[in-house]
Amino acid sequence: MAEIEATTGTLALALPFLAAALAPILRRGLGHHAAWLLALAPAVAFAILWSTVPRVAEGEVLTFGYEWIPAFDARFSFRIDGLSSTFALLITGIGTLIVLYAGGYLKGHRDQGRFFSFILMFMGAMLGLVLADDLLTLFVYWELTSITSFLLIGFDHERERARRGAIQALVITGGGGLVLLAGVIAIREWTGLHSMTEVLAAGDALRDSPYYTAIFILVLGGAFTKSAQMPFHVWLPNAMEAPTPVSAYLHSATMVKAGVYLLMRMQPALGDTALWTTVLPAFGAVTLVVGALLAVRATDIKITLAYTTVASLGLLVMLIGVGSETALIAAVLYLIAHSLFKGGLFMVAGSVDHSAHTREIDQLGGLGRAMPLTFAAALLCALSMGGLTPFVGFLAKEEIYHALEYGDAYHIALLVAAILGNALMFAAAFIVALKPFVGKKPETIEHPHEGALTIWLGPLVLGVLSLLGALFYGTYHELFSSPMASATVGEPVEIEIGWIPHLNLAFALSMATVALGIVIYLASTGIRRATSGFLSALGWGPDHGFDQAMRGLLRFAFALTSRLQSGRLDYYMTATVIVIAAALLVPMAITGAVPAEPKFPDLRFYEWVVLALIIVGIVAVVIAKNRLTAIVSLGIQGFGVALMFMLLGAPDLSFTQFMVETLSVVILALVMTRLKLSPADHRPLRETLPDAALALAGGIGFGLFLLLITQRPFDPVLSDFFERYSYAIAHGRNIVNVILVDFRGVDTMGEIAVVMITGLAILALIRIRVGRGGKAQPDPTETTP
Amino acid sequence: MRTIIFRFTAPYLTSLMVLFSVFVLLRGHNEPGGGFIGGLIAASAFAIYGIACGVAPVRRALYFHPLAISACGLFFAVIAGLLSVFTGQGFMTGLWAFPAILGGDVGLSTPLLFDIGVYLVVVGSITSIALALEERESD
Amino acid sequence: METALSVLVGCLFTVSLYLLLSKHIIRMLLGVVLLSNAVNILIFTAGRIVSVAPPFIPQDAETVSDVANPLPQALVLTAIVISFSFFAFLLVLAYRAYQDLGTDDTDEMRVAEPENDGLPPLGY
Repeated sequence: MAEIEATTGTLALALPFLAAALAPILRRGLGHHAAWLLALAPAVAFAILWSTVPRVAEGEVLTFGYEWIPAFDARFSFRIDGLSSTFALLITGIGTLIVLYAGGYLKGHRDQGRFFSFILMFMGAMLGLVLADDLLTLFVYWELTSITSFLLIGFDHERERARRGAIQALVITGGGGLVLLAGVIAIREWTGLHSMTEVLAAGDALRDSPYYTAIFILVLGGAFTKSAQMPFHVWLPNAMEAPTPVSAYLHSATMVKAGVYLLMRMQPALGDTALWTTVLPAFGAVTLVVGALLAVRATDIKITLAYTTVASLGLLVMLIGVGSETALIAAVLYLIAHSLFKGGLFMVAGSVDHSAHTREIDQLGGLGRAMPLTFAAALLCALSMGGLTPFVGFLAKEEIYHALEYGDAYHIALLVAAILGNALMFAAAFIVALKPFVGKKPETIEHPHEGALTIWLGPLVLGVLSLLGALFYGTYHELFSSPMASATVGEPVEIEIGWIPHLNLAFALSMATVALGIVIYLASTGIRRATSGFLSALGWGPDHGFDQAMRGLLRFAFALTSRLQSGRLDYYMTATVIVIAAALLVPMAITGAVPAEPKFPDLRFYEWVVLALIIVGIVAVVIAKNRLTAIVSLGIQGFGVALMFMLLGAPDLSFTQFMVETLSVVILALVMTRLKLSPADHRPLRETLPDAALALAGGIGFGLFLLLITQRPFDPVLSDFFERYSYAIAHGRNIVNVILVDFRGVDTMGEIAVVMITGLAILALIRIRVGRGGKAQPDPTETTP
Repeated sequence: MRTIIFRFTAPYLTSLMVLFSVFVLLRGHNEPGGGFIGGLIAASAFAIYGIACGVAPVRRALYFHPLAISACGLFFAVIAGLLSVFTGQGFMTGLWAFPAILGGDVGLSTPLLFDIGVYLVVVGSITSIALALEERESD
Repeated sequence: METALSVLVGCLFTVSLYLLLSKHIIRMLLGVVLLSNAVNILIFTAGRIVSVAPPFIPQDAETVSDVANPLPQALVLTAIVISFSFFAFLLVLAYRAYQDLGTDDTDEMRVAEPENDGLPPLGY
């Protein structure tokens, strides 16, 4: 394990975020040309990562990181091996093209700066996710991708469908992220493993752990939601509400691959168990077939691509689940190929939309003459997606059939699913990449035109790379697929498959797939009608279920809130008093820590008088029938309290209490004379009696609590301190005043600030007159002094 | 309540009470008293003046808005705390000087300044509250 | 003395909580005043009544002992002033509420949480 220069690695991770911060400013200054400058950020990150490729290809694992929360053993650490290196190169490489593409695609959009900012942030999050070593670091980046993708999908936030897509994606992937968090905590707490490096080294211990099933389910919860497996796939097609650069980036190489990445990463540690090899292929195969069928059904070419992505993710999960070395190699090859061709095809779909102003397949045709470069790119990508040689998609498909051609009935079922899915995807590829460009141009399309350099550059580069990767398969395997497969398998792997077909079973299956695909392509209209009919007969789907769940949640929350928060003050007060009384009395009842029976107080005569005065005052307050009696009674008890402070050796308190009581009575009288309200309680006894019982419980609680305190031994350390040092170091003989202005001066400062703020608040309350309609307006009679 | 006698004596009563409040404030460090009590006494004085003669004369007599006085007090309190920071000690460390004025030792200190700040905050805020409430009575 | 004060605190809390539980704002305000007195005496008594001599250091001495505990006195002193300003605030708030809503019954003060508030919007 080798150390990479930490500053270089950190730079690569931070660059997208830095560019995101600068994006709005650059966009304002440079217009859509800012894309060229902003694309430098992922390009430089790509270059940095590229420089590590030779070392990683030789099997080195590069790590770097920082302390984060040492008390929790949480580090901010990263790991570059074959798996994360190839992912990171795809993220930054395709990211560079996407930034350029967005520069042309959203040219003149008023929020283009914001878009750049979001997509670069997402890029940074995704890069961090695949490079993270520490599990908590991984989780932070994982959720960051959910949040940034929410912002991206909801970019056109003025449309309801975009908002819905964004919320759906956030709820599903963010919710899955929380499940993953539970999984991360489970791994950390139950097995004591904190990073991927540790997890990978402790695979056997994890598999034998009694918590394996729980960890497995939790990790899967994160991966399946992110990677859109059935029935969580619904967010992916709905996310097509986002501008096309988002779909081309998030839904080809990055966001949706995060779940696949996690499964590949965990495969050496969690894989190769009965649970793993059963659950994953089952979910994957169902997702593959259903996704591919829905892809052919869709009429919007972007939605078609979205469903093929769902299908591809299903295929990948299925292969990872099968878990044999060949299957994992196939997964690796297919993943890279898919990132290249799907990113390209999405961009093509965007270009077509840009030029023809529609994405409906029935209204498209004959664009090939006007858009030759886009057409070329589309064909290159579609050939790769169809699995024809010499493209990287071909290598992947051969390997897939190699992986599934031997085995029991379960594998044969998976093989059938793979053939069916691949054939459907073959058809879908050519529906998107061929139909819009050939045939007769419909009247509805006016002035089709080739986009700017930035628009056609991206798909063309990706299409050409799909070709070059297969032609120079030796280098391709050596630098990318072999290291990645080694990391996924857990031991060094050499991939040899080339673009020259050999006559064997896999090739025969491949040919059968192509033949079936052509048939489906020709019969696509019929299949579309059949599946649509079936779905409308079914009537309910997970997408509809999501709406129902959200509405149910809102209704539930509303019902709960209106119960808890009734809007009645006496209800709240009753609850508060019950809690206070219970908090005081219940512990005493449980622990039996009741105060000892006190002696009858031995007081002097005038002390009895003062106490009696206070009691009389408070009783009179309760039973007072008119305002004046209530105010006077309140004053009596207040002065009684002041007298008592005087008798107990607190002259300062006594004076303060006197002044405050005087002022209280004065302002109370001022307000009460104008309120014209009687302070008497007119409620019937059946309402006042429970209140009285409750208040008595609270009062007894406080009384017992105080008795309990005073019966404990007294710790005089603080009062001794003040008595000893008040004059010696603070030069004051009035200890109370010294405490206030010196020893506890900061406290006093806070308190006088509170006094002043209440003064301000009262002034504001009096000055502003609120009408019955609730609208605030300045008091016209008030004059500013 | 505006009897002639009350209205006639109120200004004198008020000035005496304000004077007394300053006395209570200044002796507070060694004898009963201090900023809080002094401030409350002065605030009651202004409240009495306001009840007797109306709010406008009190506002004229105060010259500043009561809350401005309050803010000034808070400012003094913060300055009293900050002074020690400039001498390299912690915030709110008491600084003392005993210059001989008129033959006697006078203790000048940041806690005294702080107490004056407390006094002004209490005077300002409570007077502001009392005057605001009294003002409503007249309309 | 502590026993007598504990009983007094119990009485003060009982009455103030009872007043706070009523639905009339005036009574609740009276309850608030009593509540602050109750809390102040609670804090004061919790610091023990060790002596009734005021905590002052005599002119000719450097230190003093056997005086009332000064710490709770300092805490309560600021508490008195603050509870007064809060009482004033609540008073003005109640007064303004009465002026604008025309009621002193808390059940009828439903501006912030209106009765029969419909469901929140269920769309996106």
